[in-house]
Amino acid sequence: MADDKETKTAVGRRHFLGGVIASGAATAGAVLAPAAQAAEPKPTKPAVLPPSAHGAAAETGVPPDLGRIKGTPGSDFMVDVIKSLDIKYLPSNCASSFRALHESLIDYGGNTTPEFLTCMHEESAVAMAHGYFKIAGKPLITLCHGTVGLQHASMAMYNAWCDRVPVIVVGGNDTDAAYRPPGVPTFHAAQDINAMVRDYTKWDDAPVSLQHFSQSFIRAYKIAMTPPYGPVAISLDAALQMAPVHPHAGQMPYIPRYIPTSPPQGDSGAVKEAARLLVLADNPVIVADRAARTPAGIALLVELAELLQAKVIDQGSRMNFPRTHYLSSPAGSLANADVILGLELSDFWATVNSYTDNGDNDGHGVNGTRIKPNTKLISINAVDLITKSNYQDFQRFQVIDVQMAADAQATLPALIEAVKAAISKDRRDAIVNRADAAKKAYAEEMARTRTAAALGWDASPISTARLVMETFDAVKHLDWSLVASEGNVSNWPNRLWPMEKHHHWIGRSGGYGVGYGAPASVGAALANRDLGRFSVSIQSDGDLMYAPGVLWTAAKHKIPLLSVMHNNRGYHQEVMHLQRLANFRNRKVNLGGDMGPVGTSIEKPDIEYHKLAESMGWWAKGPIKDAAALRVALKEAVEVVKSGHPALLNVWTQPR
Amino acid sequence: MKLHNILALLVAMAGLMGTPVHAQSDVAAAEKGKAAFVQNGCWQCHGFLGQGGVAGAKLAPEPKPLEYYNVFVRYSNGPMPPYSEKVLSKQDLSDIHAYLKSIPKGLDYKSIPLLSQ
Repeated sequence: MADDKETKTAVGRRHFLGGVIASGAATAGAVLAPAAQAAEPKPTKPAVLPPSAHGAAAETGVPPDLGRIKGTPGSDFMVDVIKSLDIKYLPSNCASSFRALHESLIDYGGNTTPEFLTCMHEESAVAMAHGYFKIAGKPLITLCHGTVGLQHASMAMYNAWCDRVPVIVVGGNDTDAAYRPPGVPTFHAAQDINAMVRDYTKWDDAPVSLQHFSQSFIRAYKIAMTPPYGPVAISLDAALQMAPVHPHAGQMPYIPRYIPTSPPQGDSGAVKEAARLLVLADNPVIVADRAARTPAGIALLVELAELLQAKVIDQGSRMNFPRTHYLSSPAGSLANADVILGLELSDFWATVNSYTDNGDNDGHGVNGTRIKPNTKLISINAVDLITKSNYQDFQRFQVIDVQMAADAQATLPALIEAVKAAISKDRRDAIVNRADAAKKAYAEEMARTRTAAALGWDASPISTARLVMETFDAVKHLDWSLVASEGNVSNWPNRLWPMEKHHHWIGRSGGYGVGYGAPASVGAALANRDLGRFSVSIQSDGDLMYAPGVLWTAAKHKIPLLSVMHNNRGYHQEVMHLQRLANFRNRKVNLGGDMGPVGTSIEKPDIEYHKLAESMGWWAKGPIKDAAALRVALKEAVEVVKSGHPALLNVWTQPR
Repeated sequence: MKLHNILALLVAMAGLMGTPVHAQSDVAAAEKGKAAFVQNGCWQCHGFLGQGGVAGAKLAPEPKPLEYYNVFVRYSNGPMPPYSEKVLSKQDLSDIHAYLKSIPKGLDYKSIPLLSQ
């Protein structure tokens, strides 16, 4: 039967094609031979008859509703679910496995809340959502192909995981093999697409009904938004998007209400013991990494630090503590601590221990301690609740005296009250007396930092301190937000800029997966745009080249961002690693005609990043190699960004 | 010509012959040292002017004596990787030191508006 059907079809297609070719030839003849037409006798009847009323209507009228899909498409219901969470944007690279939801979003949903943002790489889309959250405090959703798209997205998801940032990643998938289109869609289908990212997502699901989808989507959002935050993944069946909405268990699918889950708070006994240790300490030191989830977190940390007159070391994965406060201290302040309170530290071991990569110990390097013996350690860290075994983002094991698996910001109010209750009059006097010494130490540290920044001030290529301070001078009168500082500029922004507000600094990538800076800064700039703030980034060369297409996305969607490049023309961390290894092995490192070891330089040809940006709709200038030219260019660029456009300066810099 | 004038002339000639030659050799060594500073990767952690940063200590201006570097560079067991004579010759190290000595003292931060505000 199959053979008969194929034969009939083939014959029919041949007849059809024959007819097309014949009519085409006749048409071509009529157009190409007007002279020949004149020599022929006049036709006895018109060559073209006027169409009938039915024919005219068929040619010119509005086609009837085809009605291929009866009822409400399932993907329209999915849009209703997404809209219930007030998600503002959807950065994504389009793909057929979510075509039905895509169509519903832009046509049924009106392309608002969420608005589809055209991205050129899934990694860019996730990293944009990553940066956006750290300003807006709300997660974004991204859509991707379930296999190839998710593979592209996975590195950025790992960064979000390590940086404890919620992103909702939805991967399209043709689940039902009996209906799955052959060819590309089958290459792009998998039994379990989320398996690949399960180690670095908080939760995932693969809904098989619309009711299942709405419950899973709300659950995914709740889990992502419960500290410790993290990315979640939903596998989205293509057939479920296409099929009309059907009753589920006798009822039409409903959308569950979203009610936020309260964050985990430290055990009251542990909080009391931590307060006792801190109050009795002669030199307590607070170390914060991702402690302040919101601006309220900064205020709480200031209150606790002042109550104890404890120095605060801000490791900088978030803006935790004002740099202008006299208790803000460098990492070396740990050396004399007798009690250390670690708040959401990504690496407590490395906070209190040192590692020297000197080739000793069979090449492993040597470890040492940064602190005095018997120093008491206290930790409040919600990540203790979601540790998984495979990826090693939990770092090396450190014995802790009082360890709370809890969110630091949610625990601080109770800890502050416990500290107040534990301070006797004697202790109060001793604590207050620490303030003068702390103010003196702060002033001395700032002088040392500024002295160091002045070295090589007029150098060309431009020193990183000069780059950073010229940039600050250009934006200081605005409500600025440093949305990325990639490539290591000797940490000058955190050492020199008067960072006080939560949005003044949003931290780094988390997983140190290169390629985060450019897209995350665009995402954060998008959030800042809606809040009327000015976004600025220090953009490194290697980072930008991972997925420069995000520059186009920024121009396309009118996202204002001042991107000042730290272009040191190399993967500089690796430059130093190669030199180090060659020295350990008593070999002259092979430069291959470049400045850095073979495989680490980005020169000859030098990439003209300003032209790259210009080609994608940015205002751009470069290469800028001296500070005077930088100052002029910065003024121009700031005006461009204030007018609502992105601008990039390609600045040649010193290595670090 | 009186004797004291002749002596003065001789001193002046000695000065002209001696000081410039010494200065020229310093300049030449510094030039060679600048190239060696880049060729041997010193710039990677210390910057092209030896200004230092998070990755490496400040080397200039006012570098420590050559004798210090002759020991430290060969036997460093900290973050700075050691350079053997096979990797960095005595002459190159000496020239690098001459380069570091030639780097003028920069501005005091108090005189830089961007750092003193």
